[in-house]
Amino acid sequence: MERLEVSATSVLRLAPHIVFRFDDTRQRWIMMAPERLMLPDEQAVEILKLVDGKASVDAIVDVLAARYTQATRELIAADVTAMLQDLADKGCLTDDLSD
Amino acid sequence: MTSPIDPSPIDPPLALLAELTHRCPLRCPYCSNPVELERAAGELAEGEWHRVLGEAAALGVLQVHFSGGEPMARRDLLALIATASDHGLYSNLITSGTLGGEREISAFAAAGLKHVQLSFQDFEPANNDRIAGLAGAHARKTRFASAVRAFGLPLTVNMVVHRQNLGGVPEMIDMALALGARRLEIAHVQYYAWALANRTALLPSRQQLDDATRIVEAARARLKGVLAIDYVVPDYHAVRPKSCMNGWGRQFLNVTPSGKAVPCHAAESLPGLDFPSVRDGTLADIWYRSKAFNRYRGTDWMAEPCRSCDRREIDWGGCRCQAFLLAGDAGRADPVCALSPDHGVVEAALHQAESAPPEFVYRHFS
Repeated sequence: MERLEVSATSVLRLAPHIVFRFDDTRQRWIMMAPERLMLPDEQAVEILKLVDGKASVDAIVDVLAARYTQATRELIAADVTAMLQDLADKGCLTDDLSD
Repeated sequence: MTSPIDPSPIDPPLALLAELTHRCPLRCPYCSNPVELERAAGELAEGEWHRVLGEAAALGVLQVHFSGGEPMARRDLLALIATASDHGLYSNLITSGTLGGEREISAFAAAGLKHVQLSFQDFEPANNDRIAGLAGAHARKTRFASAVRAFGLPLTVNMVVHRQNLGGVPEMIDMALALGARRLEIAHVQYYAWALANRTALLPSRQQLDDATRIVEAARARLKGVLAIDYVVPDYHAVRPKSCMNGWGRQFLNVTPSGKAVPCHAAESLPGLDFPSVRDGTLADIWYRSKAFNRYRGTDWMAEPCRSCDRREIDWGGCRCQAFLLAGDAGRADPVCALSPDHGVVEAALHQAESAPPEFVYRHFS
């Protein structure tokens, strides 16, 4: 298999074994992967909620740019791409092509 | 006084290690099970495990690791995986891959199992089987890995390394890739129980360790996004101790085959601690209120050099079991720490590691 390279046109979804959910005990969003627990911050949670296997990275950035007008679209795009690439490298995301 | 709604400022545990049994077809000389193995007759019944899983989820546990021994030696494993899923627990099977195959994996996947961690003793079949003390083990494990991938479950290959197989790290990485693993754990043996009895046969020399570390670092860069490599270094060669279990009673609890709740899988070796049984109280009681779980929690129990150390909430004094095994007192600093007054014991063991290894003492029921 090859590394998933996240680009503006990538359409991503959570890998089948990843669980992203709200935890009632801790009152926060959590993401679970094999032998790993991640505690996404508020910004990461907003991004992850938009990762649905339909929207491209570009479309996700559009939604966030409309929501957070104080940052430039360019900056948001860079942040979102970096975060998603990091999650892809950890095996948390798939584009159905690379696995 | 604490109120029943908010029993304490202690955080709930993140993970439960469910050691279903000590039975295992393998006889690895570094097995992390206690030297006094529990026999089948002493094991918790299926119904008791179902209750424990429910209590764990209610307590806030997020992940459950089904382990052993070999957990597939329990015929109720499938039912327990299903119960874990029903409670929203993220379940992981830690297995030797020497019992069962496609039929079991397919049922586990359907019941909601999320991940399989499969152990190997070496990349090379003959040495794997020699270390495992079981002929044909490598071939069975390889077939098991294919079954895991065939049913779409993510696979972690766990390679336990030591001086008698450490030279094969490049081939271990190739093997993990060939098996379709996304994660490879290269874990140096930790010296407790059976492994402590075999320490001189297992502890690598500094040169061996440095060579292996270089290979792992290069492979990590080359395989970024393809294979994640978790690398656990032997703490004897470190300057500061490991943050054992991320601190006593902070994130993790283990239930042994007979139902004892312990903060880590080696803690039963500690004297003077009365570990509670899940038969006598709820997991919440045990986690928040038992003496054993509070004994080394936080930093109040620490003596110097830990007490005033600026790393006291980073490594939590290191490992309590190691302090007991090497310094005779679980309340002392982990002797692995170069600041520990007992550090000479570790240096002596490292000195021995520079000469030829003795024969293995294989794991067995006494």
